[in-house]
Amino acid sequence: MSTGVIRSLKEIPKEEFFAPGHRLCAGCGATQVIRFALKAVPGPKVVVNATGCVEVSTTVFPYTSWGVPWVHVAFENAPAVASGIEAAFKVLERKQGVRRPKIIVLAGDGGTFDIGFQALSGALERGHDFMFICYDNEAYMNTGIQRSGATPKGAHTTTSPAGRVIPGKLERKKNLVEIAIAHGVRYAATMNPAYPVDMYNKIAKAASFQGPTVLHYYSPCPTGWYFDPSRSIEVARLAVQTRIWPLYEYEDGRYRITVPVKEPKPIEDYFKLQGRFRHLLEPENRWLLEEIKREVEENWNRLVKLSQISQ
Amino acid sequence: MNGDRAVAYAVKQAKVDVISAYPITPQTIIVESLAEYVNNGELDAAYIPVESEHSALSAAVGASLAGARVFTATSSQGLAFMWEILWIAAGLRTTIVMAMGNRALSPNINIHCSHDDAYAARDTGWMQFFAENVQEAYDLTLMAFRISEDHRVLFPSIVNLDGFILTHAAEGLRVLEDRDVDEFLPPKKPVNAIDPERPMTYGALDLIDWYMEHRKFQFEAFESTRPVIKEVFEEYGEFTGRSYSPVKTFNTEGAEVVLVALGSSAGTLRHASRELAAEGKKLGVVSLTQYRPFPVDEIRRALSEASVVGVLDRSLSFGSPAPQLFADIASALYSAKRRPLLFSAVYGLGGRDFTPQHARELFSFAQEVLRKGEAPQRSIWIGLREG
Repeated sequence: MSTGVIRSLKEIPKEEFFAPGHRLCAGCGATQVIRFALKAVPGPKVVVNATGCVEVSTTVFPYTSWGVPWVHVAFENAPAVASGIEAAFKVLERKQGVRRPKIIVLAGDGGTFDIGFQALSGALERGHDFMFICYDNEAYMNTGIQRSGATPKGAHTTTSPAGRVIPGKLERKKNLVEIAIAHGVRYAATMNPAYPVDMYNKIAKAASFQGPTVLHYYSPCPTGWYFDPSRSIEVARLAVQTRIWPLYEYEDGRYRITVPVKEPKPIEDYFKLQGRFRHLLEPENRWLLEEIKREVEENWNRLVKLSQISQ
Repeated sequence: MNGDRAVAYAVKQAKVDVISAYPITPQTIIVESLAEYVNNGELDAAYIPVESEHSALSAAVGASLAGARVFTATSSQGLAFMWEILWIAAGLRTTIVMAMGNRALSPNINIHCSHDDAYAARDTGWMQFFAENVQEAYDLTLMAFRISEDHRVLFPSIVNLDGFILTHAAEGLRVLEDRDVDEFLPPKKPVNAIDPERPMTYGALDLIDWYMEHRKFQFEAFESTRPVIKEVFEEYGEFTGRSYSPVKTFNTEGAEVVLVALGSSAGTLRHASRELAAEGKKLGVVSLTQYRPFPVDEIRRALSEASVVGVLDRSLSFGSPAPQLFADIASALYSAKRRPLLFSAVYGLGGRDFTPQHARELFSFAQEVLRKGEAPQRSIWIGLREG
């Protein structure tokens, strides 16, 4: 059990609540956020999981990887299920003295940005006490790499293929943290597996709040992004170093960039490692690459300004 | 008290722990009344004002798994929206009680009574009960908690009450004393509730190697609810003097013609039966208080002596040989030693009135069938506009 801020990986508790032997792909980023969440959230906890990669890969009957109560109902409703569990435990605590666990909701980007959007919005608005973690692999990977509202501009997926006329997805990714903030949550943050101490501390901090918190986790997917599984962390680190995935947090009105990136690496370095982006390096798609670069820069500048003015 | 308020009063007396609520006509008065009870301190429960019916049932599933006594309510489109979760609520063995103010499905949008919603839930693994009046809506709500939470059952229940005809109709109601409800319905003793001290995995992936066996287990478990329902019906009868049984019969003895219906129209049929009896004519009436699990044996017993049975459906099944209740009854009677002539009647869609005159028309039609010795292959329609 842990509380408070850690400074190095060595301080992360050794006890595991998530067993190996699951069927997630080699190099999948999801396992890391699961293991960290179960370590960084102190005390009794319950996981509510939306349908998705993690759900199908970790509970193949008669096996389970979960050393904590784990509940899966359907794809689009994990925050609603969590609302019911939270409300029930609050009442049972009052009436019967049952100890109230912390509720962790785990959903992929489909279960968060698209089909699960309404249930998430409702649960945030009602203010239930739960931590929402989106493990975002930027497409429907469980069904075979289809585009979602979290797929970044330019990415190839099986439903936004890089074709001769349309070079991949042309729409922007939704901004989950801003959506959470718009609901009045007190704490929201982005996380990335290449920055584990940052991630651990954000989960621990989120757990210290009463009410809903939202954590947006970058979950590298070798299968759907077309890169070698051994390079997951390298890809993840580059996402931060190119400012594509800024690591920041929002806490009670204040923004803070938790991993400053003074000299960003070229976005091309990030794109050339992944098959989903490689077409963007072709001359005919130059316009799209430039558009993406501009948007990445705008977003970074926005966060810098927000963190300055909100102090 | 109207049907909605009667249900809400029963839910309050049942001391539910969690209510998940989303408004839809004609059940809305139920969730409004419950909000008043909670906010006035008359009921100590969590009231979750969810953002959709899909979430209403999802939250109810979570709360039930956590060990709480849970209630929700819906109608029509709301039921259709939560349909996916109906299956899951049953398969995960929750004990949710849901009131359904029966209402026609769109299009065209209509807020009045049909049984489309009840029928849409028939295969999902929920027990379903039909109230014929406000008193039954109250009684069945209390019994539904007791039945669902019985450790030999552990399945969710729907209490159906006809939209507007019952949800909004004011009738006299006998309520139990709170202490009597406490005695009849002690606090829920959950089985395999979510417990961090005893971690379990709920809703795992289940593939080719196990899914079929698990469906078989669930099927058999659902079958085993039958005696418990009967037992609770009987016990409630001893407790209150209002006795219940899966199938209700009226003037069926020696009647060649029997009409079968669900919900409030059974009362209309009985009224007509009484009038006809005064004229020396015999019309038997059979109604189902228990719709799921379907009371096969009771239906056989109730109908096998008749010569002609007319089954009334307040819904359609497009492209099917006959509507849903008819199909169940035909299926139940097919293997009976003696089979009556069966015909199907569609009536009352979207709240179209069903009157004693209609019942008499049906009786005349049934006598015609009897005389000809042949029933029509297709449903007859009752109460259509002329011309």
